[in-house]
Amino acid sequence: MSGYDIERLSRLIGMLPPAPAAWTRAARELPRARRELDGIVERAEADAEFRRALIADLESALRAEGVEPTTWPLLDELRRRVSE
Amino acid sequence: MEAARDPREAASRSPAALSAELSDARLVALCRGGDEEAWGALVERFSRYVYAIAVQAFRLPQQDAEDVFQEVFARVFERLDTLREDEAVRPWIAQLTRRLCIDRLRSGSREVVADTEELPDGPDEDVLARLEEAFDVHDALAALPEHCREILDRFFARDESYRAIGDALELPAGTIASRISRCLDRLRQAFDGRNEPGSASSEQVT
Repeated sequence: MSGYDIERLSRLIGMLPPAPAAWTRAARELPRARRELDGIVERAEADAEFRRALIADLESALRAEGVEPTTWPLLDELRRRVSE
Repeated sequence: MEAARDPREAASRSPAALSAELSDARLVALCRGGDEEAWGALVERFSRYVYAIAVQAFRLPQQDAEDVFQEVFARVFERLDTLREDEAVRPWIAQLTRRLCIDRLRSGSREVVADTEELPDGPDEDVLARLEEAFDVHDALAALPEHCREILDRFFARDESYRAIGDALELPAGTIASRISRCLDRLRQAFDGRNEPGSASSEQVT
């Protein structure tokens, strides 16, 4: 007889419910977000006006670039990098 | 360390399917090679585990748990090259999650209870131990046929009602209990097989 009867197995299945879908979606999108971040930083280094726009209102500047800041996972890192 | 040899290996399969098919070490190797499908599968494999450590073992509120969750995967993504043994990705992620949860509790306690001299609660070690078992059970579940995976996950992990399951899977409500019972029995057999000495833990059950 197994030490894992079906009651125990069912309890253990229940211990790992899915993480909220938005969290996992943001984590899955990290490679794309990383590419976007590198592109934005590169452009900010070459374009002083774009950099000023990012520092003045990061969210609006991102939206203008087609990036939705509320679901973008690297917002804090971008804020740090453009202000350095 | 092993590099991804064929970047197309992970192409065109869902994260869940890839996660079920590939070993931890293979997933890590593909991720390190820049395979974004494999990265999605790695997130799929460990997202529940990270979430459960934060909210069940450390009892973090949702906002803190979300911050920890995102920070864990950001660091895993950035630091995968520093992992010494690809097959050790699970304990590495667990340790990283625990450390970030502790940091979060400490920073919260400094702000909120600076005058009480109380240390924040540590993790519930019993819960951490059971989460390890739960991860192994989910691994065994991933090797079952899809109809079993789906119904057991919906009923026990997603806490869906018979009616919701019946609607989603187009099953008569009267057949759901018996299917759950059969699939649980199948899972028990699969899990016993994985834990027998000399068994191949990644063996598929058909």
